[in-house]
Amino acid sequence: MADPGIGLWVVPIAVLAGAIRVSTPFLFVSLGECLTEKSGRINLGLEGTLVMGAMSGYGISYLTGSPWLGVLTAGVVGALMGTLHAAICGLPRVNDIAVGIALMLFGIGLAFFLGKPFIQPQAPGLPSLDLGWWTDVPQLHAALQVNALFFVGVAIAPVMLWGFRYTRWGLIVRTVGDSADAARAMGYPVNAVRMVATACGGFLGGIGGSFLSLSYPGAWSERLSSGQGITAVALVIFARWNPMLCLAASLLFGGAAALGPALQAVGVTEGYYLFNAAPYFLTLLIMIITCTPQKSLAGAPGELSITR
Amino acid sequence: MTDVPLASAAGPKRLASEVIWRLRRSAEAAAVPVLALFVSLVLFGVFVAFNGVNPLDVYELMYRGAFGSWFSWQNTLTRAAPLLLTALCTALPAQLGLMVIGGEGALVIGGLAAAAAALPVQGAAPIVVQLTMIASGIVGGGAWIMLAGGLRHYRGVNETISSLLLVYIAIAILNHMVEGPLRDPTMLNTPSSPSIGDANTIGTMPGTDVHWGFAFGIAACVAAYVLVYHTVFGFAARTVGGNPRAALMVGLPVGRLILITCFIAGGAAGLAGAVEIAAVQEHANANLAVGYGYAGILVAFLARQNPLAAIPVSILVGGIAASGGLLQRRLGLPDATVQVLQALIFITLLASETLTGRLRWPFQTGVSRG
Amino acid sequence: MTNSTFSRRRLLQSASALGMAGLATGLWPGRPAHAKDLVIGFVYVGPRDDFGYNQAHAEGAAAVKKMAGVKVLEEENVPETVAVEKTMESMINLDGAALLFPTSFGYYNPHMVKEAAKYKDIRFEHCGGLWSDKDPKNAGSYFGYIDECQHLSGIVAGHTSKSGKLGFVAAKPIPQVLRNINAFTLGAKMANPNVTTQVIFTGDWSLPVKEAEATNSLINQGVDVITCHVDSPKVVVETAEKRGAMTCGYHANQSKLAPKGYLTGAEWNWEALYPKMVKMVMANETIPNLVRGGLKEEIVKTSPYGALVGEAARKQADDVKAKLMTGSYVIFKGPLKDNKGNAVIASGADHIQTDIWLEKMDWLMEGVLGSTT
Repeated sequence: MADPGIGLWVVPIAVLAGAIRVSTPFLFVSLGECLTEKSGRINLGLEGTLVMGAMSGYGISYLTGSPWLGVLTAGVVGALMGTLHAAICGLPRVNDIAVGIALMLFGIGLAFFLGKPFIQPQAPGLPSLDLGWWTDVPQLHAALQVNALFFVGVAIAPVMLWGFRYTRWGLIVRTVGDSADAARAMGYPVNAVRMVATACGGFLGGIGGSFLSLSYPGAWSERLSSGQGITAVALVIFARWNPMLCLAASLLFGGAAALGPALQAVGVTEGYYLFNAAPYFLTLLIMIITCTPQKSLAGAPGELSITR
Repeated sequence: MTDVPLASAAGPKRLASEVIWRLRRSAEAAAVPVLALFVSLVLFGVFVAFNGVNPLDVYELMYRGAFGSWFSWQNTLTRAAPLLLTALCTALPAQLGLMVIGGEGALVIGGLAAAAAALPVQGAAPIVVQLTMIASGIVGGGAWIMLAGGLRHYRGVNETISSLLLVYIAIAILNHMVEGPLRDPTMLNTPSSPSIGDANTIGTMPGTDVHWGFAFGIAACVAAYVLVYHTVFGFAARTVGGNPRAALMVGLPVGRLILITCFIAGGAAGLAGAVEIAAVQEHANANLAVGYGYAGILVAFLARQNPLAAIPVSILVGGIAASGGLLQRRLGLPDATVQVLQALIFITLLASETLTGRLRWPFQTGVSRG
Repeated sequence: MTNSTFSRRRLLQSASALGMAGLATGLWPGRPAHAKDLVIGFVYVGPRDDFGYNQAHAEGAAAVKKMAGVKVLEEENVPETVAVEKTMESMINLDGAALLFPTSFGYYNPHMVKEAAKYKDIRFEHCGGLWSDKDPKNAGSYFGYIDECQHLSGIVAGHTSKSGKLGFVAAKPIPQVLRNINAFTLGAKMANPNVTTQVIFTGDWSLPVKEAEATNSLINQGVDVITCHVDSPKVVVETAEKRGAMTCGYHANQSKLAPKGYLTGAEWNWEALYPKMVKMVMANETIPNLVRGGLKEEIVKTSPYGALVGEAARKQADDVKAKLMTGSYVIFKGPLKDNKGNAVIASGADHIQTDIWLEKMDWLMEGVLGSTT
C-alpha cells in the first residue's frame, strides 16, 4: 500500500525535527560559551573543543560500549581544553581571541590525528525518548524522537539563568566579568573564577560535540563539524548573554539548517547552496538588526575584550 | 635644555648605542618567537614520541621535505605564495585593532570575480586578461572585507564573527555560481566556471617552478609594511588601533580608515584568489576554498601582525605543509600531524607573548629599557 | 664585544654548511626503495577508511601491496589544488615513484595533465577522467561502469519497495552521478513501472549532517528504499537503518552497518583491476589510455543479497546480471524521456556502455523527482 507521504507538510515537520536535532550541539556550545563570556573571557576555541568532544565521545563509546561514558569523556576532554585556554589567557598580555583560534586549530588537528582509527567502526549511539506516541503520522512520530541530551540542554538553560541572577556563584562570575577591578577589591580570585567558568564552558562544549557523533548524524568523520562551534559563539552575542535566548536562538538555527534538504524533498531545487547557507545569513542579519554602534552590545560583560 | 645633536664630538658613541639599542629591540622581538618555535618543536617531539615515532626522524623528514632540496624549496615557496597575501587580510585590520578572520571568504570571492571577469575579455591579449582578473580579484575581495569593516563601524557588529559568517556565505555563493549561472558545459564532472584559456595563465618565475603569485605576495607584504610603518595613513591607523579615544579626540576619520584598510586587506586576499585561478586552477570551482585563508590567520598571528615578518613566517608555514606528505609516506603519520604542529607553534607563541620585554640580556649594564 | 665576532662567523659558517648539505642531499638521487622494486604512489582526496570511495581505492592498493617487487606509497586527504601536484612531484622526486594513481576526479585537469607533461617517463593513471588525444600519452584514465550495478540495485529496490518510492542522496549533479540515478531508476521501473526516485543533492561529496537530513526528509516523504552517491555512504545507510528503511549500498560493502535493511550494493572491484595494471607496467606493456569496463571486465561488482530480497527480485536481477556479463545487455536504450518531457534517447537508439555520450549526461529521466540545476 503506497504511503502518500505528507506532501508540503514535510517542510515544517523537518524544520521542527531540525530545530530539535540539529540545535542540540548549538545549544550546549552556546550555553557553555555564555558561561565563559559572563566571566569576561571569550573562547573561540569551542569549535576545536566540539570536534575533540565528538571524537573522544565516539572513541570511548566504541571502546567501552557505553555511549553515556563517551558523553562524560567528551565533557571531561572539553573541560581540559577549557582549562588550557584559561591557563594561557591568564598570563598577562595574552590576547584571548588569538588563543581561542589557536586552540581551535589544535583541537581540530588533535581530533583528526587521534580519530583516524574511529572513522570506520560503528559505536553504540545515545538512546532517544519517544515523544511522539500520540501520533500515528510516521513522519511526526520520527520527528519527535528526541534525544535525552536535548532535554538536558533545555533544562540547563533556565537553571543557568536562575544561577546568574540569584546565586552567589552567579554573582561572583558576573562581577568578575563586568569589572575585574571590582572583583579584586571584593577579594575574588579573578583568574581562578575565569578558569572554572571556561572549564565548565568547555565541558558543555565537549558534550555538544559528542551529540554530533553519538546521536545525530551519529558517526565520527572529519567533515562532521561545519563551523557549529564558531556560529554558537555568534549566537551568544545576539542572545545578549541570556541563556534562555541562547536556547531560542539554537532552536531557530537548527530549524534553519534543516530547511535546505527539506525544500528539495518537496521539489524546490533551485539554489540549494543558498538555502544551505540560510543559518549563516540569518545569524548575520540578526546581528545587523540588533546591534547598534553607540550602545554596541547592551548586557555585555564589561570585561569582554570584543566589546571594549 | 639644549638638544645634543647626534653628529657632535660625543656623537659616534651615542649613535653606536642608539644602533645597538635598536638591534637589541629587534633581536628581542625576534628572540621571543624563535624561542617559542623551539619550545613548540620540543613539545611536538614529545607528542610524536607518545605515538611511537622517533622525534628525530620527524625533524629530519620535515627539514628534508621543506628545505632539503631545490625541489622541496619550490614546494615550500609555492605553498607560501597564497599565505603571504591572506596573512595581510588579518594583519592590516589588526593595526586598527580589528580582528578580521574572513580571509578565506575574500579569497573565494576574489577568485570567483576573477574567473567571471576573464570570460567577456577572453579574446583580448593575455596581459589584458590577466590585468582584468587581478583587478576584479582585488575589488571583489576588498569589497567583501570592507563589508565586515563597515558593519563594525556603522552597526557595531563584531568583525570577527561577521567576517567568519561571510566566509560561509562566500563559499555558498561560489558553489551556487559554478554549478549554476557560471557552469562550464564542457567540464561537467567537476562543476567549474569555464577555463580562462591556457594562453592567459600567469606562468612561473623564470628558472623556477614557482608561479608569479609568490612575487606578488612579497611585493604586497613589503608595500603593506611601508604603508603601515612609514606613511601618515599607517600612523593614523595605528593610532586608532592603539588608542581609539585619542584618535577620536584628534579628529581622525575613523570610519574612512576602517573602510580603506579593510578594502586593502580584503583586496590582498582577493588577489590571492585571482592568482589561484590564473596560475593554478584555470577555472573557479569548489577547490578555491581549501583553507589558505585560515592558514593566513595563523601566519598573521605568528608574525605578530607585522607584514614584513609575514614573509619568513609564510615560508615556515608553507614548509611545514610541504613536509606533511613525507611524514605520511615515510612514517605513516596521519595528515593531521602538520595541523597539530602548526597549532602547537601558535599556542606557544601566544603564551610567550607574556615574556615580551621581560627578557634579561646577559651582558647588559645599567637599567633595563624593557 | 669580542665574543660576538667569533660566534657570528661560526654562525654564518654553520648556516651555509646546512644549506649546502640540503642542496647536496637533494641533488643526489638516492633511491630509498630497493633498486628493482616498482614504486607506486596512490593519492586519495579523503580519509582512506571512509567506508566509501577512498576506502575502495585503498582496498585496491592493499591488493597491490601483496604483489612481489612493488613498493606502495599512499597519501590521503590531498586537496585538488597545487597540493596534489606537489604530492605527485614529491613522490616522483623523493621516493622514485614510476607509476601514480591520483584517484579523485578533480585531480585530472589541470593538475595531473600538467604533471604528466612535465614527467614524461612516469606513468599516470587517473580514476574517472576522460582522456583524449590532446592529453599526454603517458597519462591514462580508467573508470568502471558502476551504473550497471546500480541498475541491478534498482531492480532489487523496485521489487522490494512497498511504497513504490525510492530515494537517492546525491552529492553533485555531475554526469557520473546522474548516470547512476538514471540506471537505478531504469532498473526499478523494470520491476515496477510506477516507481519514482526522489533525488536530493547535498552539494558536496562529504557532508554528514546534510546527508542525514536528506535521508530523513526522503523517509518523511514515504520513501522506503534509499541509495546514494556520496563519498562516504556510512551516514546515509546508518540513518536509514535507524528509521527502518531499506538501503542499497555504494562504493563498498556497507552490509555490516545495516544488518536488517541492506538489500544489495554497487561496489568497485579495484582489487582486481589494480594488480592487472601493475603487472602490465612491470612487464613493460602500455596500459591503454582509456580503460573502461563493467561487470564483465570485473572492474565493478555487486554485494551479496540481503535477507529482505525476495525470490522474484533475485531471479530478475541475476538474469540481467548474466546478460550484462556477456555484454549483450543495453541499459540506456530508447525511447527515453527526461523528467521535463523531452525525448533524450530516440526510439530504436541504443547507447552501449562504452558510448562516450553517456559520460556527458546532464538529464534526469522520467520518474525521477528532482532537478539538475
